[in-house]
Amino acid sequence: MVEVIVEVDHVSMQFNLYKERVDSIKEYMIKMFKKQMVVEPFVALKDVSFKVEKGDSLALLGMNGSGKSTLLKLIAGVLKPTTGSIKTVGAIAPMIELGAGFDVDLTARENIFLNGAVLGYSRADMESHFDSIIDFSELHDFVDVPIKNFSSGMLARLGFSIATVTQPDILIIDEILSVGDYKFQEKCEIRIHEMMQAGTTVLFVSHSIEQIKEICNKAVYIEKGRMLGYGDVHEICDRYMV
Amino acid sequence: MDQFKLVLKYKFLLNELVMRDIKIKYRRSVLGLLWTLLNPLLMMIVLTLVFSNIFRFSIDNFPVYLLCGQLIFNFFSEASNMALPSILSNGSLIKKVYVPKYLFPLSKVFSSLVNLLASFVALLLVMIFTQSQITWTILFVPLPLLYIFLFTLGVSLLLSALSVFFRDIMHLYGVLLTAWMYFTPVFYPLDILPAGIRNIVEFNPLTSFINLFREVVMYNQVPTLSLNLVCLAYSLVMLAVGAYVFYKNQDKFILHI
Repeated sequence: MVEVIVEVDHVSMQFNLYKERVDSIKEYMIKMFKKQMVVEPFVALKDVSFKVEKGDSLALLGMNGSGKSTLLKLIAGVLKPTTGSIKTVGAIAPMIELGAGFDVDLTARENIFLNGAVLGYSRADMESHFDSIIDFSELHDFVDVPIKNFSSGMLARLGFSIATVTQPDILIIDEILSVGDYKFQEKCEIRIHEMMQAGTTVLFVSHSIEQIKEICNKAVYIEKGRMLGYGDVHEICDRYMV
Repeated sequence: MDQFKLVLKYKFLLNELVMRDIKIKYRRSVLGLLWTLLNPLLMMIVLTLVFSNIFRFSIDNFPVYLLCGQLIFNFFSEASNMALPSILSNGSLIKKVYVPKYLFPLSKVFSSLVNLLASFVALLLVMIFTQSQITWTILFVPLPLLYIFLFTLGVSLLLSALSVFFRDIMHLYGVLLTAWMYFTPVFYPLDILPAGIRNIVEFNPLTSFINLFREVVMYNQVPTLSLNLVCLAYSLVMLAVGAYVFYKNQDKFILHI
């Protein structure tokens, strides 16, 4: 019996796009009174269901705006689905954007502890991993520099190093491997492969088909919020590329 | 049980958020953290000098009377004012990682609590310096601090949730706070007020918290049970309202930030 790590069950996500955003009480009252509140429902995902088993790595394929990121956010628990349910097992390391939760006024050292805490790790945990984070990100000379002085590549390195320092059960990667120089990208891919071998389930979004074929074994194809296919990565990629 | 584990898991984050607030506030200043104590102390010295010479209501030991009121009111206004935009300003984080959202207003109230404790030490120094009487009743001081903490947390949760949907609250609240201050007996005694206004001021929850605080710190009284119950009721009701509104709306925050 294989263990199901992520179960997405008939999930739909609907956003209400107000034609004009109403942010003030006065506007709200006036609009309500005049019955001008135009609500336009926008269906980002419609009735999506699939299961991911332990050790699988799943690619999400689809054009821009097809709902890939929404789906990842739902799995990460950032959004709640309008209908349907999502079950996940174990710790999730979300890399929807690297360094979410960095404070630019703090130094790299302080941000490691802050960001670690955002991901749910204690100070002691982070202290024991501190050296390996710095080693992996190769930022030895900048440990006590406020990160507002960092380049975007340096920030991405730091973010990736923190997010992957422990062994999560689920790793969510949303188009973040395009940052950093090629050497660091290679390093990241090696780290991801290591984690997969150790049993981490990976959910992966990328526009590079080679990267997807190299990392993933399963794929989901989404278009305009509807799931058009689920299965072996090569088969789905071929359908997608047509 | 799961909820409880979640709280433990994020205790570190709460800790880091509070540390961040305090660190950033005094970053690059020479005296650094010492300012948390020095700031209220200097402020209190100024106030003491001004008010012991210029304004004098018929109150014994007016400087301490004033500082007690200020301490409580400043905590409330600072914490709620910082908590108000806390959900909005952490929007980028909330959009990308799952974290319990109540942590943001809660961390602001905690960092104000750190300032409050520093101010309390400063107040004790002033009291020693002005040779005010300090007795064992001061051991009751955790009670008013607990009540005002819970009350402030309730207001902070409410405001931070509402401000996501109506940004106007941010601007309105500054005005409201000023009005609230004048309806709180921070620098005047209750009995100079005409009856009508006095009723409003007595109904103000902050009045009760400040009274309780003054009872134990300044007047060396064992606080009465009834005053304690009034304070407790105010704080629990406010906390319940704030937590309810926050809880009901927290899943919608992300669509509005």
